[in-house]
Amino acid sequence: MTDRPLTKNIDLSRGALSLKDYEAAGGYAGARAIAGGLEPSDVLERVKDSGLKGRGGAGFPTGLKWSFVPKSDDATIQRYLVVNADEMEPGTFKDRMLMEGDPHLLIEGMIIAAYTIQASRAFIFLRGEYFDAERSIAKAIAEARDSGYLGRDIFGTGFDFDIVLHTSAGRYICGEETALLNALEGKRANPRAKPPFPQVSGLWGKPTIVNNVETLCNLPGILAYGVEWYQSLGSGGDFGTKLFGVSGRVNTPGCWELPFGVSIREVIEGHGGGMQKGYTLKAFLPGGGSTDFLTPEHLDTPLTYGAIGDLGSRLATGTMILLDDKTCPVGMIGNLMKFFAHESCGFCTPCRDGLPWVDTIFRDLESGKGSFKDIDILKDHVGYLGPGRTFCALAPGATAPLGSGLRLFADEFAAHVSGAKCPYH
Amino acid sequence: MAKITVDGVVYEVDPANNLLQECLSQGLDLPYFCWHPSLGSVGACRQCAVIQYRDAEDTQGTLVMSCMTPITDGGIYSLAAEQASDFRADVIESLMTSHPHDCPVCEEGGECHLQDMTQMSGHNYRRFDKQKVTHRNQNLGPFINHEMNRCITCYRCVRFYDDYAGGTDLSAQASHHHTYFGRFEEGTLESEFSGNLVEVCPTGVFTDKPFSAQYTRKWDLQTAPSICNGCSVGCNITPGERYGTLRRVVNRYHNDINGYFLCDRGRFGAHYVNSESRLRSARDATGMSVSTTAVEARINEFASEGVIGIGSPRASNEANFALRSFVGAENYFSGHSDAEHEALQVLTECLRDAAFHSPSVRQIEQADAILVLGEDVTNTAPRVALALRQSVRNAAKSLAETSRIPSWQDAAVRELAQDSMSPLSVFACGSTRLDDIATTKLNAGQITLIEAGNALAERLSGRSPIYSDQTLGTTMQCVEATYTALMSAKKPLIICGTGAGAALMRCAANIARSLSVSRSQVCDLVLLPKEDNSVGHALLTSNENTLSCALGKLTKGEIKRAIVIENDLFERAPTALVKDAFAAAELVVIDQIETPTQRFAALTIPSATFNECAATKVNYEGRAQLSFQIGEGSDAAKPIERWLDVEGSAYSNSMIARCAAEVSDFERLSECLPDPLGRIAGLKVPRQSHRYSGRTAMHADRNVHEGKQPVDDNSVMSFSMEGMLTQKDSSVLATAWAPRWNSNQAISKFQAEINGELKQGHPGVHLLKRSLKGLAYDAENSINKSPGEYEIRLVSHIFGSDTLSSHSPAIQKRLCEAYLALNREDALELGLANGDLVSLGGAEGGIILPLIVRTQTPAGVALVYPGSSALGAHINPHDVPEYASLARVEFEPSAHSTGLGLSNLVVNDAYSGAR
Repeated sequence: MTDRPLTKNIDLSRGALSLKDYEAAGGYAGARAIAGGLEPSDVLERVKDSGLKGRGGAGFPTGLKWSFVPKSDDATIQRYLVVNADEMEPGTFKDRMLMEGDPHLLIEGMIIAAYTIQASRAFIFLRGEYFDAERSIAKAIAEARDSGYLGRDIFGTGFDFDIVLHTSAGRYICGEETALLNALEGKRANPRAKPPFPQVSGLWGKPTIVNNVETLCNLPGILAYGVEWYQSLGSGGDFGTKLFGVSGRVNTPGCWELPFGVSIREVIEGHGGGMQKGYTLKAFLPGGGSTDFLTPEHLDTPLTYGAIGDLGSRLATGTMILLDDKTCPVGMIGNLMKFFAHESCGFCTPCRDGLPWVDTIFRDLESGKGSFKDIDILKDHVGYLGPGRTFCALAPGATAPLGSGLRLFADEFAAHVSGAKCPYH
Repeated sequence: MAKITVDGVVYEVDPANNLLQECLSQGLDLPYFCWHPSLGSVGACRQCAVIQYRDAEDTQGTLVMSCMTPITDGGIYSLAAEQASDFRADVIESLMTSHPHDCPVCEEGGECHLQDMTQMSGHNYRRFDKQKVTHRNQNLGPFINHEMNRCITCYRCVRFYDDYAGGTDLSAQASHHHTYFGRFEEGTLESEFSGNLVEVCPTGVFTDKPFSAQYTRKWDLQTAPSICNGCSVGCNITPGERYGTLRRVVNRYHNDINGYFLCDRGRFGAHYVNSESRLRSARDATGMSVSTTAVEARINEFASEGVIGIGSPRASNEANFALRSFVGAENYFSGHSDAEHEALQVLTECLRDAAFHSPSVRQIEQADAILVLGEDVTNTAPRVALALRQSVRNAAKSLAETSRIPSWQDAAVRELAQDSMSPLSVFACGSTRLDDIATTKLNAGQITLIEAGNALAERLSGRSPIYSDQTLGTTMQCVEATYTALMSAKKPLIICGTGAGAALMRCAANIARSLSVSRSQVCDLVLLPKEDNSVGHALLTSNENTLSCALGKLTKGEIKRAIVIENDLFERAPTALVKDAFAAAELVVIDQIETPTQRFAALTIPSATFNECAATKVNYEGRAQLSFQIGEGSDAAKPIERWLDVEGSAYSNSMIARCAAEVSDFERLSECLPDPLGRIAGLKVPRQSHRYSGRTAMHADRNVHEGKQPVDDNSVMSFSMEGMLTQKDSSVLATAWAPRWNSNQAISKFQAEINGELKQGHPGVHLLKRSLKGLAYDAENSINKSPGEYEIRLVSHIFGSDTLSSHSPAIQKRLCEAYLALNREDALELGLANGDLVSLGGAEGGIILPLIVRTQTPAGVALVYPGSSALGAHINPHDVPEYASLARVEFEPSAHSTGLGLSNLVVNDAYSGAR
């Protein structure tokens, strides 16, 4: 038993554990539990019971997602598992730690997931710039294959399973699961219409589950130590542990595995070591670039999907980006908008033509050419690019820091116009 | 049927469709861009947003994209709700941020869907004051202009070009607001259907290049319903004219035939009417011009003495019929080559045969297993090839149905089905442009194709297949695969054509008959002739009156005089035979364009082109269609029937009526004519739009007196702006226009439902009754190849193999030289490489052609493309032997070089490597 099921093997001062060492540390126990006679339906029930939610950002219950794969005993129907390892959310570096630090945990999680949905083939869609993760995963896959953990009849279950590691050519939109599938098929990475969902028509039109790296890494623990243990780890309605990260002007930025329900203050001031000397916390994005700003008054909020949601923001990836009092909030939001505008795939109108307009306005504000009309246009875009308007969640994600920032930092925005320059410079 | 409520009004709608389509079917004005009636929904532009309410209690509602919203019975929606209309205005504002607002200088202005939708959405004040994104344009060849700055990124172009038409050289590139639609490098768009981009693009990114060069606004074009004369499909077109010259051709919606799309031969080929090859005045053998009175006198002389008439598959029924009555049926001869004449006999027999049905293009799209036997459909009937690309998608559609994905969810259906295709067997000699969608491909010479055809017919008839030759391994595999596909299909379809030859057509008929017998149902059989009125001409000609029979009579001196209409006999019979006949006869030629035949004519007379007179023609299905006169035309070029001055020729209606009365096959021809009594209060249908401008000044450069508008006694149409509004009756609809809908998308206002019939139906009539109970044909192979000889097969190309369109300046920029093609191995064995000169059947007096290596050419076969007669340097296809030895020649054959080269050749298997 452990209270750090995701990172117990990770020590960034050395390389990742080899298969042998991973097994010595209790690894592949989850996979062996399957070999012990668990049916796919048993695993599915266990994952559902655990309350595991997807760690990619949306927090959708994993067991429920899997249950949408059409039930069929027809083994000839190809199903796929796809790992979304295209970690490109601004401020987010949690999956990277898992993949570089303990790749066998991911492979074991994939075996469990693939077995549950009876997918004989899996693809890891890895962010192209994650060179170290690529090396460590490739090595781990080779080890697993050599040991017969991948290939035909793995663990004597009669189940065939293998993994293909694919490194992305690199676009933020590839993190959107359907755009990822298009990219994996060699097509332009535009998102697909939903419905049909990938569980019904996914990779090459076949039933497909797309899961985030961290989500899958939760599975070995759930199978090895049980649902009760897993649920004992979290509090506040979310179960298990989560990787939380902090970037910005704290003394020790980083990423830590902590149980759900830990307070924001504990993460920032405890693990992050508090603000650097001379800086005070002004606001922060709780879960990466696509979440609404929170302020110091929210520091004692527990980190759960529900509690953060109640504040009008999202826990999302759980990796916070801090804004201090010496950094221009308009500049920070503008930087995010530049990113989102650049990463818009160009498929739907509001995102494709709206975000670049927003981006341009921020550039004008920065250089002192902005007007109050521009700020009104920004406000209009918060609604125009919002949920339900666009084809996928990219633009609505961008409106989170934009909308909350316009509310919280109205004075700073106005100062950029009235002073015809950035007051922070 | 389902009931929905839109803004408080209850509508009965089809639950199989999406909300947008049903709103438009109900006549509601709801703006959209990326949705297209034939391309389905993808949800990209977000323009068609409406509010959907959960139930009657729900006052907030949710914003949904109507194109992506399935109809739910009892659904409550609002188009007018502020939340929806504000969002639609916002979308337009976004779309327009980088649009150049160059409407005054844009070819699309006045018929621009973007203009219409912008107006409809109510966005009119521009807030965007930042820098616009600009793009570099590409030279996309002689047909299409590229102006990317106007792009609103609706993705329709690539969805049509790649997804619908199977093109590979246009793509969406880059991302965000830099998204670019173009080729990976500059160059001519390769698809045979590129011209549709002009109509598919909702604004002016892709525009008609030849039209630009002689531009006129849509409302200033004089238009009338017309029929394309590019091939035997009979696509409905709307030619537009101004100042007496043809300016452009656009698609005219026909539910059963062309739908929304044309091929490039049809769209750009019609410009031959303005070309320098047009005959402008009558002339004698010395080239001296001859007055109309003298021409009439000469024709009168001809009427009094023994004269034969040689008809034409590119002349109208009325012209052919007039010639036939002028010379007498027994002296009226086929203008087809003997081989084509024989093939057309098979074709017309099959059109009368009760075992078969000749499907329309729309019905071809519904076939779920297809055999294309020996015919290169893309190059002889391109619009049918486009339909075949849709039929192979039926497998995808049924897969989608199983997964409960509606077929209008275009991207979702493609993502689900991936490469799943309904079976298409292509049995052909060499590569075809349909090979990429063929599930079975038999690539072989004629002998093997006939054997395969016979074997398949045998197999389908339940008799055991004949394995006469053990080497037929792959062939029999193809036969077996095709057998299985056809037998398990709901709507099997067999396609062949006269280009494949009479023997293969008989095979095709036998296959269809066996299918029909074994399944006890009528079988779909498409037999494609080469030209627009091949069928009409064949129906007027008796079987024994072949062209060689006519030439023989002239050569032997049995008859001294001949009238040849709209025909170049050097395209129809061996040069020597034609020359001998012409040397012995006094020849009168009536034609639209100059041809080599006229060099032997005592009198050459110009005839009216398709846009200068009303005419009926019969397509491959036996469907007769009427095309109206577009412009006033000139006195110099009259319709042939009027030159011949036969009874009833003064009016096209009376000519049609006479033909219907006198030729039993044409009994129903008069039904092509719109009912004149149906016109409201005797009003005619105007050819000019209500916005037609400058009429009083049109001739002011020559005469300040404002002349009377010319009168059209011939039809229900007038050369005028006045008359009945076309909105009242779409049966004579040239140009779709409706209030707020200036673009071609206005057609939805005339359809009973989207993609359905026009409200008043389509004119046109199937002439033949299927009363024959035919028998199986004897399909014998007639080729006798000696060892060491190559089987020579003629090939066609969409640009060049059709006479009239090859005279269009735009098409001429796409022509290539005559060539001979071999596969790599055969070329190697003969010591030949690309560009080398090859002689057929010995260098002496023989044919010499440049070689191109086409890798898919079957072993032992040489493909010969005879070139286009329009540019003078081509070979008479009837001089090409059926089999010949090949040898490399060293000298420069100046006679056969047009300087065109082969760079315009678009084939899938050209080998660019060195020796």
